[in-house]
Amino acid sequence: MNAVDILLWVVVPYVSLAIFVVGHYWRYKYDKFGWTTRSSQLYERRLLRWGSPLFHFGILFVLVGHVMGLGIPKSWTEAVGLSEGAYHALAIGVGAIAGIGTLVGLAILIYRRRTVGPVFSATTRNDKLMYLVLTLTILFGMSNTVLGAVGHEGVDYRDTVSPWFRSIFYFNPQPELMTEAGLGFQLHALSALVLFAIWPFTRLVHVFSAPLGYFTRPYIVYRSRDRQLGNRPTPRGWDRVGGGRR
Amino acid sequence: MRVMAQMGMVMNLDKCIGCHTCSVTCKQAWTNRSGVEYVWFNNVETRPGQGYPRTYEDQEKWRGGWQVGRNGKLRLRTGSRLKRLLTIFSSPVQPSINDYYEPWTYDYETLTNAPVQEHTPVAQPRSLLTNKPMTIEWSANWDDNLGGAPELTQEDPVLKRISAEIKEKFEQTYMFYLPRICEHCINPSCAASCPSGAIYKREEDGIVLVDQDRCRGWRQCVTGCPYKKVYFNHRTGKAEKCTFCFPRVEVGIPTVCSETCVGRLRYIGIVLYDADRVLEAASTPGDQDLYMAQRSIILDPHDPQVVRAAEEAGISRDWIDSAQRSPIYALINRFEVALPLHPEYRTMPMVWYIPPLSPVVDALTETGHDGEDAGNIFGAIESLRIPVEYLAELFTAGDTNLVTGVLKKLGAMRSYMRDLNLGRPADESIAAAVGMTGRDIEDMHRLLAIAKYDERYVIPTIHAEQGPEREEFDTGCSLDYDEGPGMGGWGPFGETSGGSTPIAVENFHMLAARQTSDTMAAPGDKAQRVNLLNWDGKGAPEGLFPTRPEESAALHRPDGGGVGEDSPAVTEPKP
Ligand code: HEM
Ligand code: SF4
Ligand code: SF4
Repeated sequence: MNAVDILLWVVVPYVSLAIFVVGHYWRYKYDKFGWTTRSSQLYERRLLRWGSPLFHFGILFVLVGHVMGLGIPKSWTEAVGLSEGAYHALAIGVGAIAGIGTLVGLAILIYRRRTVGPVFSATTRNDKLMYLVLTLTILFGMSNTVLGAVGHEGVDYRDTVSPWFRSIFYFNPQPELMTEAGLGFQLHALSALVLFAIWPFTRLVHVFSAPLGYFTRPYIVYRSRDRQLGNRPTPRGWDRVGGGRR
Repeated sequence: MRVMAQMGMVMNLDKCIGCHTCSVTCKQAWTNRSGVEYVWFNNVETRPGQGYPRTYEDQEKWRGGWQVGRNGKLRLRTGSRLKRLLTIFSSPVQPSINDYYEPWTYDYETLTNAPVQEHTPVAQPRSLLTNKPMTIEWSANWDDNLGGAPELTQEDPVLKRISAEIKEKFEQTYMFYLPRICEHCINPSCAASCPSGAIYKREEDGIVLVDQDRCRGWRQCVTGCPYKKVYFNHRTGKAEKCTFCFPRVEVGIPTVCSETCVGRLRYIGIVLYDADRVLEAASTPGDQDLYMAQRSIILDPHDPQVVRAAEEAGISRDWIDSAQRSPIYALINRFEVALPLHPEYRTMPMVWYIPPLSPVVDALTETGHDGEDAGNIFGAIESLRIPVEYLAELFTAGDTNLVTGVLKKLGAMRSYMRDLNLGRPADESIAAAVGMTGRDIEDMHRLLAIAKYDERYVIPTIHAEQGPEREEFDTGCSLDYDEGPGMGGWGPFGETSGGSTPIAVENFHMLAARQTSDTMAAPGDKAQRVNLLNWDGKGAPEGLFPTRPEESAALHRPDGGGVGEDSPAVTEPKP
């Protein structure tokens, strides 16, 4: 293990995750107004109709896959009786379908970004960078899955990448695990770390406002002008005489 | 009974001349920004016509508003919450820009830059979305004054619902204008469709607003609103809608569209309604019963019980007073001449319309009859089925009796008042024929024909004790400060990102910049530009005028002796 390994598998991950967390906090504080999907459906809807759901459902499945693959230790799945072979068949089967969906969707979205006039005009440099890093990450990730599926894979990522990833959160980083993981996984992990670092500054922040609260709130929202103004709490000392209305 | 106050508007369609002044002034005030070029919070449609966006009234296609489900419960026409979230990645029925129109400007520069040539240079239209030359094919009022009829008008969803014979005749028969703003519905389906809960109804006055800081651009509200009065700002990625000019209304002045209306046909006031019965009323099974259902939740502000309940609900005395003097209450529930637009959408709209009698009177006069004789008018309303059926599709979900009733009242008013104007004795029988008294008719005539500013607009103000908070709220709107979001600036995260600056902070920085800078404002130096809103009218602040050549030369003198506060080069205007 040398300095480069420590840099790549200890320093970069912590810097990236710190930017990810602090960046989101800061962006939310500073830029609530810019926190949006920046939907481009107004300009074009036929390509989006296919590209966006394919990509989104794909990437959400991929996300679930990552949570399982990186978050759940091998010993746990084996404890519930899921054999190594069965696990991989499952992971590669579902992973491939989700991955292909994501890729096709992404291809349609990028094609649309480039070829539809108004959508292209509305694409910022920020978007282009985001798409580049996102695409690279997905491509590297897919190539690992494909190589794993055709049996070229020398290492089991659940013995290397996953424990390394978890070790970061235990604050007991084990960079040596990553050095054994193979170039494909290394590239995928690195590009993902770069993606996390730029995430809070791109339109991807919309992921964190996935509107799950919609299921529980009443349909019509009422807000009082005098109790709360916009997102600002009522300043101290301005309580209504008599303790307010309700 | 839970009493709530609701701001509302009534428009008297007989007086609308289709001049679009309201649209233009509204646009100047609210949507004169990039990203909302195609947006008209107020638009005026020629009816019959397709409307804006095209055919928006066809809810089979656009799926706006509410519907009573098989189990008798009210639900959004787009289905369940789950369904909406599963289709969020690409909204199934959102209108695209072509359903509104592609906004454009003209290449004016060629007019001044073109070299000397044989032919006059032409300013070509250019798309505001792509900046490329484009062919103009549609606009917000392309079919104005029946332009393109009958081909275009055949697409009118309202016309499609009435019989073929009528469709053929409409062209020779009638035309009128329908100015539209957001209805500020009592049961707004835009708010119900918003996944983030960013669209809210103000408790005090029922105005429906979009919280720009909480909107996440899911654009479900655009589909949800059956009147298509929520718009997507394609630059900021947020929804925007008519605000009922809340900063004006809060201090008691009418909306810009009303204030500038040439026909003076708009009335603003509040009504009190029973919030506990909204759901019940909106779930009324029959479409044609919705008009009465909505009227029934509007409470009589003179009823002592209502007044007591209103006071208990915290509505202040001056608001109750305004509700009692409210012109819209009078037009809706006392004279019963105002009708809601498309009650069948079940959103309980609060901009109501007095249907136009003119098509009937005109048709009558053309046939050589006295268009203002009570007997003639009554007969004509009955026999001229065509406009009545069309109006009924707009205002009463097809109930022609209601429309006929209203038109008869308006006809009766004309006849009755003509007798008075000509010095003839009043004919009570005319009033009685429409179930009114002469006194009622005179009151109604006063309101419809001669009411002055303070009778047309009875707008209670918000209270002084809310003042300190209000100032920031009004002026701290996240859209409207210089270089702020919506003013076309490009923040680091794409266009118009960044927080909103409270006016006090902005003033502080302006002052600091003025006191400490010794250079003139340069385009790259936006912070030092003069904000005329903050200029107190004294002196000529730096940056107000462009530099003169010799001054800018002086500015660059090595000794730094540029134009300062006390420099003789600046001529202070005499007060
Ligand atoms: C968690 C739930 C999510 C929801 C509800 C959601 C919703 C949306 C919506 C409504 C749009 C706008 C589409 C349009 O009208 O143009 C969008 C765009 C986008 N989303 Fe998501 N998203 C989610 C998660 C994600 C994730 C996990 C990613 C990737 C890591 C992602 C990446 C993108 C990208 C790249 C676009 C831009 C598409 C384009 O216009 O080119 N989203 N999303
Ligand atoms: S008319 Fe206005 S309040 Fe009613 S649903 Fe549409 S946007 Fe909402
Ligand atoms: S300003 Fe008045 S008269 Fe003119 S179009 Fe608007 S509503 Fe009609």
